[in-house]
Amino acid sequence: MGAFNTIAFKPEYCDGCNACMTACATAKAGNSDILNSRIQIVADGETFELAMCRQCADPKCVANCPAAALAKNGADGVIEWDGTKCVNCLLCTVGCAYGGIVHNAAVGHVVKCDTCDGDPACVKACERGALKYHTTANIYNEVGDLEDLFVPGLAGCQGCNTELIMRHTMRRIGPDSVLAAPPGCIPGMGSVGYNGLTGTKVPVFHPLLTNTASMLTGIKRHYKRQGREVNAVALAGDGGTADVGFQSLSGAAERGEQILFICVDNEGYMNTGMQRSGCTPFGAWTSTTPVGERGKGKTQDAKNLPLLMMMHNCEYVATASTAFMEDLYEKLDRAIDASKRGFAYLHIYSPCTTGWRFPSAENIEVARKAVETNFVMLWEFNPRDGLRLSRSLDDARPIDEYLNALGKYRHLEPEQVGHIEATLHKNVELIRGFAEGRRHAMA
Amino acid sequence: MTQTEYLIVGASHAALSALQAIRMQDAEGSITMVTRDDALPYSPTVLPYVVSGRSAPERVALKDGAWFEQNKVGFIRGAAVTKVDAAAKRAKLSSGEEIAYGKLLLATGAAPILPPIPGLKDVGFHVLRTLDDAVALNRALPTTKQAVVLGAGLVGMHAAENLAKAGAQVTVVEMQPRVLAGYFDAEAAAIIEAAFAAKGVKLLLGAKVSRCETAGQGARVTTDNGATLDADLLLVAAGVAPVTDYLAGSGVAVDRGVLVDDTMRASADGIWAAGDVAQAKGFYDEAKTLNGILPSAVEQGRIAGQSMSGDAAIRPWPGGVPLNTYTFFGQQAVSVGSQDAGEVVRKEADAQHYLKIVMQDNRLAGIFGINVPFDPGVMWEIILRRIDLAPVREAFLADPQKTARTIMSRTWR
Repeated sequence: MGAFNTIAFKPEYCDGCNACMTACATAKAGNSDILNSRIQIVADGETFELAMCRQCADPKCVANCPAAALAKNGADGVIEWDGTKCVNCLLCTVGCAYGGIVHNAAVGHVVKCDTCDGDPACVKACERGALKYHTTANIYNEVGDLEDLFVPGLAGCQGCNTELIMRHTMRRIGPDSVLAAPPGCIPGMGSVGYNGLTGTKVPVFHPLLTNTASMLTGIKRHYKRQGREVNAVALAGDGGTADVGFQSLSGAAERGEQILFICVDNEGYMNTGMQRSGCTPFGAWTSTTPVGERGKGKTQDAKNLPLLMMMHNCEYVATASTAFMEDLYEKLDRAIDASKRGFAYLHIYSPCTTGWRFPSAENIEVARKAVETNFVMLWEFNPRDGLRLSRSLDDARPIDEYLNALGKYRHLEPEQVGHIEATLHKNVELIRGFAEGRRHAMA
Repeated sequence: MTQTEYLIVGASHAALSALQAIRMQDAEGSITMVTRDDALPYSPTVLPYVVSGRSAPERVALKDGAWFEQNKVGFIRGAAVTKVDAAAKRAKLSSGEEIAYGKLLLATGAAPILPPIPGLKDVGFHVLRTLDDAVALNRALPTTKQAVVLGAGLVGMHAAENLAKAGAQVTVVEMQPRVLAGYFDAEAAAIIEAAFAAKGVKLLLGAKVSRCETAGQGARVTTDNGATLDADLLLVAAGVAPVTDYLAGSGVAVDRGVLVDDTMRASADGIWAAGDVAQAKGFYDEAKTLNGILPSAVEQGRIAGQSMSGDAAIRPWPGGVPLNTYTFFGQQAVSVGSQDAGEVVRKEADAQHYLKIVMQDNRLAGIFGINVPFDPGVMWEIILRRIDLAPVREAFLADPQKTARTIMSRTWR
């Protein structure tokens, strides 16, 4: 059994407009009476709650059906109702604790969500983003059988985003690879080895912070001379990429070495005690930009590393986030492909639960908020098409939603927030300019 | 002699639910399922619809041969267990075969009770518990002109409706003063009774059958108040009782059903019981009772399967809550919880609608409706979780469906 697509509800975005219910009733009953809707939004004072079928993995409606009229479809996960077998006994409604299968007096039998064959009308009708149809399960179905190229039990912090990035990227890149992991969390959690063992199932080496791209250049050229197709991959932190490692990186990018360089950006030297890096944003607390009587976090803005790489005119440059996995995987595929022709650079944002001060269960939510507030912008570049936005920069959520989620910004004073907003606005306009410039150039 | 890690006796909801729970935890352990019916697994609950012709007998199977193969289950049908030796961990089948088991689940369900009516044994009558029973009743429908149904429980009422729809003159005889006394009070029952009366079904309530005798091709039934009813079809639907006769001398403690603890373990080592055959604690009262309803069978089966396979995620049986759904002549009656484990806080009834809510200390004890929409599964969960409804009491009483959905969405969505 694979993973399945699902309709997700975010109550905080819902304004109770009922468009989803009208759309469902129209699609399923041919009229706009929301009583016929299989998704039911329930007002609870100012907020909104949801009753609809969850397409349970171990569905009790199915177990409770005496007539074999309900069954979970093994291909798409939808619980299907067979009207030719249903006897209208309503025992399914006793089994369902979610109000997901309900007797509809107008049609005289139970009705439930069937996800409109994978194209749910309710989601299309939701203009507020409260309903989303998540198709990320496709990734699992596509790559779930590929081998995880790291051993179990890496010593990352609980809820570590970087470990997730390591496992996802290398699984896709595959075993014909040599991996460089310069000092940072990635080797620190055990990928380059401890007690004489390595935590990686492909050849891995531990360059200096300064020479990652140079060493990979030599290794890639050596294999090329031998006539072997090998992916030369770096998984490096933002310090090793943007600061100390930048000289060798810039050189390799300018020469067009056939390397896939992945920067895992957690906005600082998190492995060694959470010191600031060139990628640490303005105002952020780190152990070297402390908060106290005089200090109020970092006083400089972060450098825009992916833009710097774009200016190298690399074969491929992209930014990605683990909150948008389908986008990440598409870019990973393009980066792997581009690295066979030239230098490919993938910049993946990696919220750090330990260094950024937020609960370990919220990592993906933090990553999502970063993107939804435009603090992180998702785009990609190649020399032929220029910069293309992967996600609209319009209708961003207020930056407070992101800042308030993180302990490292807890001390911010209003003027600091003002500075962050102004910088954000400037960055958004900069990227928008590149994206529109591309459109002009194409026209 | 066959050896099996898990032996499951019975093949309906409790048995299938247990089997699935075992396979979630133990993908390889050998499983054998034995059922006395010579059919693929089916639900007794679907049988009234086989009688009416709504469900074709060949389309009611809950699982097919491929499913047993896929789950690596040996399925033996048409063989009842006749004896259990708990000490030696062996079961004997009616076919003569003996099976040595590691763990045994008793899910043998229930069988119709035949009331001690003089003459009943000598007349031809129907019962409705097996697929064969249902097919026989279905065949008898077209030629039935006058039918008498003994018992106004769910089985009797379903059958009476189907017989009436097939054109027969139907009389239901019930000892209780109202129909479906286990699930509804007098006002609710009155709505149901009116629907039957409107379709020409005669209901003799508070009446007891004193004698049965053969009359022509059919039977003659005499009640204690002197009424005489002639029937070319007599259906006995006076309730069911757990099937436990094969446990005599086994050492397994049996009261009205097989006594089980909160993980469905019976008194003998290596034996579990679930579904209609089991007697487990009630929700409102710790005393062990029979709660022979389909949703309980599904829950108990899962708990038994988890316990048998050592699933750490097991959650003990919370206690049986009486609940049921009943559709009659296109109308819907739903009963969740206890009529009397609290005080009635809302009750209203007219000719077509009925709603009653029972609460105990602001906690829902029961909710009962006819043609009033609410989600029984959500209400069941609210009862089981003993959710304090004090903050939303007025809203709950005014609109139980909407308020319960809000509670659900906030609490366990």
